[in-house]
Amino acid sequence: MSRRVVITGIGVRAPGGRGTKEFWDLLTAGRTATRRISFFDPSPYRSQIAGEADFDPVWEGLSQREIRRMDRATQFAVVCAQEAVQDSGLDFAGIDPARIGVTLGSAVAAATSLEREYLVLSDSGRNWLVDSEEWLSPHMFDYLAPSVMPAEVAWKVGAEGPVSLVSNGCTSGLDAVGHALQLIQEGSADVIVAGATDTPITPIVVACFDAIKATTARNDEPETASRPFDRSRTGFVLAEGAAVFVLETLESARRRGAPIYAEVTGYGTRCNAYHMTGLKQDGREMAEAIRVAMDQARIDPTAVDYINAHGSGTKQNDRHETAAVKRALGDHAYRTPVSSIKSMVGHSLGAIGSVEIAACALAIKNGVVPPTANLHEADPECDLDYVPLTARERDVRTVLTVGSGFGGFQTAMVLQRPTGERE
Amino acid sequence: MTRTVVTGIGALAANGLGTQEYWAATREGRHGLGALTRFDVAKYPATLAGEIRGFEAADHLPDRLLPQTDVSTRYALVAAGWALEDAKVDPASLVDYDMGVVTANALGGFEFTHREFHKLWTEGPQTVSVYESFAWFYAVNAGQISIRHGMRGPSSALVTEQAGGLDALGHARRTVRRGTPLVVAGGVDSALDPWGWASQIAGGRLCTGTDPDRAYLPFDRDADGYVPGEGGALLVLEDAEAALRRGAPDILGEIAGYASGFDPAPGSGRPPALRRTIEAALADAGVTAGQVDVVFADAVGVPELDRAEAAALGEVFGPGAVPVTAPKAASGRTYAGGGSLDVATALLSIRDGVIPPTAGTREVPAEYGIDLVRDRAREANVRTALVVARGLWGFNSAVVVRAWAPDATNDLS
Repeated sequence: MSRRVVITGIGVRAPGGRGTKEFWDLLTAGRTATRRISFFDPSPYRSQIAGEADFDPVWEGLSQREIRRMDRATQFAVVCAQEAVQDSGLDFAGIDPARIGVTLGSAVAAATSLEREYLVLSDSGRNWLVDSEEWLSPHMFDYLAPSVMPAEVAWKVGAEGPVSLVSNGCTSGLDAVGHALQLIQEGSADVIVAGATDTPITPIVVACFDAIKATTARNDEPETASRPFDRSRTGFVLAEGAAVFVLETLESARRRGAPIYAEVTGYGTRCNAYHMTGLKQDGREMAEAIRVAMDQARIDPTAVDYINAHGSGTKQNDRHETAAVKRALGDHAYRTPVSSIKSMVGHSLGAIGSVEIAACALAIKNGVVPPTANLHEADPECDLDYVPLTARERDVRTVLTVGSGFGGFQTAMVLQRPTGERE
Repeated sequence: MTRTVVTGIGALAANGLGTQEYWAATREGRHGLGALTRFDVAKYPATLAGEIRGFEAADHLPDRLLPQTDVSTRYALVAAGWALEDAKVDPASLVDYDMGVVTANALGGFEFTHREFHKLWTEGPQTVSVYESFAWFYAVNAGQISIRHGMRGPSSALVTEQAGGLDALGHARRTVRRGTPLVVAGGVDSALDPWGWASQIAGGRLCTGTDPDRAYLPFDRDADGYVPGEGGALLVLEDAEAALRRGAPDILGEIAGYASGFDPAPGSGRPPALRRTIEAALADAGVTAGQVDVVFADAVGVPELDRAEAAALGEVFGPGAVPVTAPKAASGRTYAGGGSLDVATALLSIRDGVIPPTAGTREVPAEYGIDLVRDRAREANVRTALVVARGLWGFNSAVVVRAWAPDATNDLS
């Protein structure tokens, strides 16, 4: 019998507010945090909108040395990890460090620093300057090899068990937590600081998605540009963010009387083996991932109280996902609220899966389902209850959250209020 | 618990394209190191690399994959294809959800990305490739292999610097144990373009010598850094019963043990994690130190790291008690590829009863207390091998490989 795993600490940095409370306030108010890109001049780009976080590393307590050394995504992860540890109330110093692990997810990792260093090394593309060693930042290798990100988190929290970066593109945030779940279940660690981070608002990443028109070009309406499931949707809004959790066994959380946000009861992942960026419209593999996750959680589809959608707002994703949910849940799909918080905080690539797990945990804790903002007229092919515009009070005991990403990855996770736990 | 076996190998490195060539060179200690030829390295402080030569992607891959793949992904696709061929797996005859892919890379597709950065900044955003969004990200190899072979089971990409190849195998075994009968797994890396090269130099561990015969000298008195290579190995891991059921032609060995651990934060004064990671892997395999016939060392070739590894091996096995070798001295360090390439080599050692030598290394300081296999291969009845890999910043992983014995009494519970 494998061990039961619960979330006892949460740290979030997302667009529109600092920390978990502001994040939840934004979601439940149905406010959006997408805006015209301010980090650089976006005018040469097709999509000029992003979910930017107002993140100040000094205010967050990082030292000057850490700020110089760490990529922005690493800074987000370290700050969230510290906040999650504190939130959990768990005394890390009292645990054998070899039993503590770190599993971090990220899709494009240190993209921001890579690009910055590229511009230095190449004199903004004009000349290659590395003939001279003085141009080399000592941290250049750190940005090329993103395993430094979980390493920084491990040093911060004192973890000496299994440490890794799970980089599965846009499902990384779910898969990192799923990976941690498996490690604790099998006994490879007792506590894991797990989550994901991405800060991709940098020219190269914006240009990447411009090239395949995956992001929306609704540049005149940045606040309402992310429109999952709406008939007028034209693509996703790139964003940054991070969420990190403390995962431990149900037994240890109960023993120390810690408040529990949610139990991670099911995790399933499949690949579509179809196309690096395209989706088959039948949703077969995502439906299978959902089925596996529900099976592991030993629940029937009718137990699902809320579905946190991938809901990126691309034409193909939202239809694909709607088909998958119907395929996996049958009639119950029509009776279950489904919403996409990407309508409010955008799509932070590898991080968003963890940011959405945070939203799910808070939905369970607070008994509120966050809405899909900017949804005024649903695509006729998207015919589920997407909780348009306004949050909804609901006793949420069981949540299904799903993700879909480049490379064909399809992941589903079930989070539940442990029996006997009060919200 | 189910047992996980290896039924196929796809390997490529500077000293051999394909398992046969690689193993022939490795047995003889023939290295593939030399001055890097992809661009003019004369002005860089390091010039030697283990470069794969004579690889024509078009000979191995369909045309449509060429414009969308970095060199590292081409290697991964070719290695995966070879491994499946070696294992005589016809993916179309198996259930799609019963096959997964777990890859590791320390670095992304940087040659490709370097080109796209250059286009972005010199010609504008409209010129960036439609493939850039996935050609450089770290999940690309798992995704491309899954697509090429119709593998729809649980798949993942792990990044733990140079420990990644072993972590991929460890996670693949976990995936098999959790119910996916076949997983293609391992690591492949390449970053021998100007940007990747500059970054590797910035990492601070490269050998700056110019004589390829005396450059990467693991455990040698004169060790002075490593020579980076490219390539790696992908393996076919299977649930033993499923492999037997489908009539796999050859079971090369069993992934019997795995563990990973992370070093304490710098300056903490706490002991490094290597020793306990090795001990945990041995315990996981249910073997004692005395049952290990050979150790494939991480062997960075940086004196303080070699000393630390020798010390850990001494503590676990006793001084000089087990043969130690580092065939990667002949291939160069292939980053995440190193761990899985070493596991492949260990399996071939088991098959042929021979321990390949550590090319180049002449004199091992006596205080290291290790029996390093040098000069020429050593004949030995190899039944159990330990493979060790470490990654920059503190990653430690260990895998125990064992000869396949269908009636082994251990680990059948």
